[in-house]
Amino acid sequence: MTRRLVVHFVGFFALWAATAAPLHAADRIKIGFLSTLSGPNAAIGADIRDGFNLALKLAGGKVGGLPAEVVIGDDQFNPDTGKQLADRMLKRDRVDLLTGMVFSNIMLAVVPAVFEQKVFYVSPNAAPSPLAGKQCNPLFFVASWPNDAYHEAAGQYATTKGFKNAYLIAPNYQAGKDSLAGFKRFYQGKVVDEVYTKLGQLDYAAEIAQIRAAKPEALYAFLPGGMGINFIKQFVAAGMSKDIQLIVPGFGSDQDIIRAVGEPMLGLFDTAHWSYDLDNDANRRFVAEFEKEYKRIPSVFAAQGYDTALLIDSAVRKVKGNLDNKDALRAAFRSADFKSVRGAFKFNRNQYPIQDYYLRVVAKDAQGRIVNKKLGTVFTNHGDAYVQDCAMK
Amino acid sequence: MSGILLLEQALNGLQFGLMLFLLAAGLTLVFGIMDMINLAHGSLYMVGAFLAATFAELTGSFWLAVVLAMAGTAVVGMALEISVLRRLYARDHLAQVLATFAIILIANEGVRLIWGPQVPLSAPPALAGPVQILPGLDYSSYRLVIIAVGLAVAVALYVLVTRTKTGMLVRAGASNREMATAMGVDIKLLFTLVFGFGAALCAIAGAMLGPILAVQVGMGESILILAFVVIVIGGIGSIRGALVGALVVGMADTIGRAFIPALLREFLPPQFASALGPALASILIYVLMAAILFWKPQGLFPARG
Amino acid sequence: MRRWTLLAVLALAVAFPLVARPLGWEFYVGFASRIMIYALAASSLNLILGYGGMLSFGHAAFVGAGAYVVGILMAEGVASAWVSWPLAVAAAGALAAAVGAVSLRTRGVYFIMITLAFAQMIYYIAVGMKAYGGEEGLNLPARSSVGFGLDLKDDATFYYVVLGVLIAALYAMHRLARARFGRVIEAIRENETRMEAIGFATHRYKLVCFALGGAVAGLSGALLANQNSYVNPNLLYWTQSGSLMIMVILGGVGALYGGLLGAIALLVLEEVFSVYTIHWQLGVGAILLAIVLYAPQGLAGLLARRRDG
Repeated sequence: MTRRLVVHFVGFFALWAATAAPLHAADRIKIGFLSTLSGPNAAIGADIRDGFNLALKLAGGKVGGLPAEVVIGDDQFNPDTGKQLADRMLKRDRVDLLTGMVFSNIMLAVVPAVFEQKVFYVSPNAAPSPLAGKQCNPLFFVASWPNDAYHEAAGQYATTKGFKNAYLIAPNYQAGKDSLAGFKRFYQGKVVDEVYTKLGQLDYAAEIAQIRAAKPEALYAFLPGGMGINFIKQFVAAGMSKDIQLIVPGFGSDQDIIRAVGEPMLGLFDTAHWSYDLDNDANRRFVAEFEKEYKRIPSVFAAQGYDTALLIDSAVRKVKGNLDNKDALRAAFRSADFKSVRGAFKFNRNQYPIQDYYLRVVAKDAQGRIVNKKLGTVFTNHGDAYVQDCAMK
Repeated sequence: MSGILLLEQALNGLQFGLMLFLLAAGLTLVFGIMDMINLAHGSLYMVGAFLAATFAELTGSFWLAVVLAMAGTAVVGMALEISVLRRLYARDHLAQVLATFAIILIANEGVRLIWGPQVPLSAPPALAGPVQILPGLDYSSYRLVIIAVGLAVAVALYVLVTRTKTGMLVRAGASNREMATAMGVDIKLLFTLVFGFGAALCAIAGAMLGPILAVQVGMGESILILAFVVIVIGGIGSIRGALVGALVVGMADTIGRAFIPALLREFLPPQFASALGPALASILIYVLMAAILFWKPQGLFPARG
Repeated sequence: MRRWTLLAVLALAVAFPLVARPLGWEFYVGFASRIMIYALAASSLNLILGYGGMLSFGHAAFVGAGAYVVGILMAEGVASAWVSWPLAVAAAGALAAAVGAVSLRTRGVYFIMITLAFAQMIYYIAVGMKAYGGEEGLNLPARSSVGFGLDLKDDATFYYVVLGVLIAALYAMHRLARARFGRVIEAIRENETRMEAIGFATHRYKLVCFALGGAVAGLSGALLANQNSYVNPNLLYWTQSGSLMIMVILGGVGALYGGLLGAIALLVLEEVFSVYTIHWQLGVGAILLAIVLYAPQGLAGLLARRRDG
């Protein structure tokens, strides 16, 4: 009796495993796309995915000439889930490259296993300082910006604008730490207080009361996704926006937040490496196609997803689809031979980009839609502060 | 430390505590009268929030949505009680814990299937701005309304429980179930109604907190555990205890988020201070809970004399 | 009949990594290690819950404590398994003894709640320790080193180590259950008042049982830290205790292999369902509810009934 049960169980398991374990083909490219696709921050992951998929669609579903298969996973904003999904993508689906992650804490938990398997990771968003400096890795490429960059630009802007003191707030994780470190690097006024909130926190009543009591001239808040949406709403609801100038990095005021908050954001200043009105062919095409396909204005995250796909495409094309020669593929990535929507694109020797950063303002465009408009340039050809600690050539 | 800061933080703690009270009240009644550990209580809170979001979208009115959500969640709660939970009253606590834990899983995925992982819910536009309470303190009008609603419910519950016949039956059931049955109370109906009522209270909290937090799958888990802490501290079966417990926990949470980190930042790097502050506050709450369980297991205001 | 099944399962378990590679199933070797680690954790809870009759809702804290001991030691430069694993066991056991000493003085629902309170306290301690990652967790640069030229980084080697530990632990629990201690504990579970009246120091027996369960949980935590190369406070959250309880009841409360069967059932169900739908938790929840309502003896009970019938 039990013997039959055991045999049945084993048989079922074998049958299922055989159908679930896919075969690896050499004439296509398999890309693992692991991102935050649910929860209050899902809009960011969705934007990156949509930008990425758009680039693939415009290339006929191919990357570098090879038919592409994208394996999508949702880390649910949870490092454990991210690790398990990445493990599956690496060992069971045997992806050729991995990309997609939004948050630095999840990415830092996942990438050790990726590098262990000698698989490339191209980041469309998170780019924390440890991987720019001491822990730089030849398999890690950043298609977005170094974590500190937007915040450095914002700090520079705050100094230029003459704010005598500033209150800083960010979530308590690597990117949050990077953000305020970046801001302080270029801000020369007085830092009234430096507060870290719980990652994913949604109710900021206690923090807002502390800010009110501190009476700063400016408030620099790095709160992406759902955190930003709630903070801005609550900040405005508490009547603070008229007395304190709120400055945010570009991802604290982009389309995902505009869609949820709306008019109260007009007049908000932010810094970013890309703006939807950037004047180059690649960007014009990207914005037009994105609006046609998805019926919404692209955010900086969508632009990054799109650029990531273009970067991967250029590298795979350069090695003529031969993904097994890791050194050649790495060199192909480093040459970054593609037309980015941000204009010129160049890698630093730690494989993080060197690029320009702009000041933007939340305003209405000609059609009355709320967008981030480019106001001016804060930094030109700006790298990052950690490259000197990186041993790579 | 300014008076305005203290007042504002006190209001914050009060607001959070009152919403926690709404959850704890229903939970303590169910636990006290039916002697059932109901882990699915947080799921009713979640369902209430999702229903409110849908009704707000359909009717365009926030307050109408809250009322409809209360009714809808009460129906869901009573249906749950009649179909599944009724079978658990006679079972041991392990079975109750596991069955209601299973219901959490089913509810989370069920909500995800029907609505998706998250839906937006905004406060009524009239309440999007501040109200000047004192010169220098413009407090969010929406939060003031939450406080008002919480206090109104607390008063209404007090009146219901102490001044009406139903309330008397509920208190009788809480303090001595066998006697109440012997006196002819239709226990089955009473249980179902109490459960539905608790569910409606959850819906108010879910709908009101929705615009401040986020209406998302799994939103019940973290607040559920706090609700249990509240009813243990306050006393299982006691609504008065639930109120006191909830205010204590609400205040402690605010202190932990604001004052303790500010204090710690004097001698710890900011990241460490910011992580340690809320952790310390939570640890203190649980230490309090453990201490009460150890020395006064019936809580601060025991229902059973 | 029983011995045949045991030998067959053992043979399958030993052979599995060897056949996995040619079949392209390397991923599942790691998956099987994960199942065995959770089987160990669930079995340790079974000792407390099934044999001891103590409804501890804070078991994840002991698993997490063991995991953090390994993680913290590794961060401080101590990578040897011979140091960190026994320390993990000792620390978790000591923690369980401390928690038990206070909690076991309460009864019924208060016991459940107080074990939950202690577990949450330990969870928040982990969250507050920003030096060791706090909420972001701690990455382990490598797995523990065991010497003998064995590298645990290799999935198959790790699998055999875990298998060995699991077999040893299950055997030890089997002997414990058969020994006087086991029978006293079961009798206490059945009727504590009577045992007290006879003259047994029931509180001491329960405390030892609780501490032992915690210690074995710590061992599973140490293995889990190695399996993931990562520890974070989520390991200690109350919903993890809930998952462990699900495994115990799925497998069969009190049956020796209850923990093992439950872990296999839950993790395989998760894996199978998640291939077809992201809503796999619905299926798991429904099955769990059905078992609680209709088959309280779990899978072990079902198997026992089939064998008799």
